[in-house]
Amino acid sequence: MQWIAAQWQSLVGVWVALPYFVQVTVQIVIVMMSVIIAVALLTLAERKVIGWMQLRLGPNRVTFFGLRLLRGWAQPFADVFKLLLKEIIVPGRSSRLLFLLAPLIVLVPALATWAVMPFSPEFVLADVDAGLLYVLALTSLGIYGIILAGWASNSKYAFLGAMRSAAQMVAYEIAMGFALVGVLMAAGSLNLGEIVRMQAGGPGSWNWLWLFPLFIVYFISGLAETNRAPFDVAEGESEIVAGFHVEYSGAAFATLFALPEYANMILISALTSVMFFGGWLSPFQGYLADDALLAQPGFFWLFLKICFFLFVFLWVRATFPRYRYDQVMRLGWKVLIPVTLVWIAVEGVLAWLRVGPWAA
Amino acid sequence: MLVEILFWSFSAVLTGAALGVILARNPVHSVLFLVLCFFNAAVLWLLIEAEFLAIVLVLVYVGAVMVLFLFVVMMLDVNIEQLREGFARNAPLGAVIAAIMVVELWYVLWVRRLGIELPGATAPLPEGYSNTGEIGAVLYTEYVWPFQLAAFVLLIAIVAAIALTMRQRPGLKVQDVAKQVAVRPQDRVRIVNIPVEREP
Repeated sequence: MQWIAAQWQSLVGVWVALPYFVQVTVQIVIVMMSVIIAVALLTLAERKVIGWMQLRLGPNRVTFFGLRLLRGWAQPFADVFKLLLKEIIVPGRSSRLLFLLAPLIVLVPALATWAVMPFSPEFVLADVDAGLLYVLALTSLGIYGIILAGWASNSKYAFLGAMRSAAQMVAYEIAMGFALVGVLMAAGSLNLGEIVRMQAGGPGSWNWLWLFPLFIVYFISGLAETNRAPFDVAEGESEIVAGFHVEYSGAAFATLFALPEYANMILISALTSVMFFGGWLSPFQGYLADDALLAQPGFFWLFLKICFFLFVFLWVRATFPRYRYDQVMRLGWKVLIPVTLVWIAVEGVLAWLRVGPWAA
Repeated sequence: MLVEILFWSFSAVLTGAALGVILARNPVHSVLFLVLCFFNAAVLWLLIEAEFLAIVLVLVYVGAVMVLFLFVVMMLDVNIEQLREGFARNAPLGAVIAAIMVVELWYVLWVRRLGIELPGATAPLPEGYSNTGEIGAVLYTEYVWPFQLAAFVLLIAIVAAIALTMRQRPGLKVQDVAKQVAVRPQDRVRIVNIPVEREP
């Protein structure tokens, strides 16, 4: 026991002695790897959860070292290696450079947004004041990859998928932005860590209670932004084969479609937890004594909340049929945006009258 | 030193991308070069610690305006040969306009100076200085009316653009969503009881 403590002490000593940029680089690599491994496990969770909802078992064959206990767990890794080893076919009359660049343009913003995510009270990669704006700016960039993938493929179906995706994202980004305007009106800050700290005091003082319509709008827009069912008209395999990624194969397909889509799902879940559900704050805060173990803030609570919202993502996919394209546009422009505008006005009045969280 | 290296390299990319915008043969490539321009301009703003402006540039121009640009340019299928035809005829006018802009820029930057010391770095900002907060404070106190006026002008532009495209075309087959939602099974389905016939 003492030996372990001594080793730990020397490890901490080595870590502190490292130059600042090495520390930051190591932290960034750890966060990126965690996100990528989470993506792999999420693909498995998706197939398992949807399988159970449809009275199937899901993947239950591929395992590590022949262990019966882990049956199915190696499936995502098998899938990844299969995709990485396959040939990348570039269509004949495509725009070659853009065709290969597009997957990276989708992937980079999906990973870069994690820089401002407050994981715990102590740990955030970049504690910037304009964090919320940074998130909005980066999430609006992923669309370039999708449009370029559709255009560079030089295929009708891919192009139609890209067009649908562009129109849909522009529509839902506005609703999403307005929902976040409500959050920043409540928090009075654009710093994500600050937004979490303003919600301290148990589930009753988290943002979801006073911003409930905005929370609903944000989550629906999040579904649409990540091109998830029921808003996956950009893929629409019944009408346009597979939309913007028809022509992609192998590693390009994995980085264009699988990795960013699931990374964005985790991101939207994390952002929903941070903006509306108190991020790393404990749900027992205010109900238990302040020094109780369960009332302590920490990464654990954020992790639980992210898992819950990811489950909702999968649940929605297993439950709802796909929207028709014009219905998607109608919902975005004519339902969600008016709802957010009205609630921002209501919130302004509440803040002016000093009701609820604005009482102090 | 590091800041200067970054400044010059990003400025070089910015200038190269700006040239790419007007020299690229394919209009889609031009739009993408313009996106690259905006990105580099944003980085230059980050270097003088104006992070709010930098992020807003990316958010508004790259995230929204250029997406619509790209959308339209892809749909239009521009014929570059047709555009080239008028080049010789319009070249003198273009040269005059370019000259005027160069003179204007030269006047603003070198003659009037605007009280700014051109070469040299900006003073480092004090610890805990919030760029975003400062801009917000100025925008909503000192410049509140011009700001509201600008917002109002933009709103009028939106309403005008919608009004221009909103016209009733006869014979258009459009679904009334409210009616679709209000439909009940009884309106559409009629269950008919057909008695079984025996073979004679």
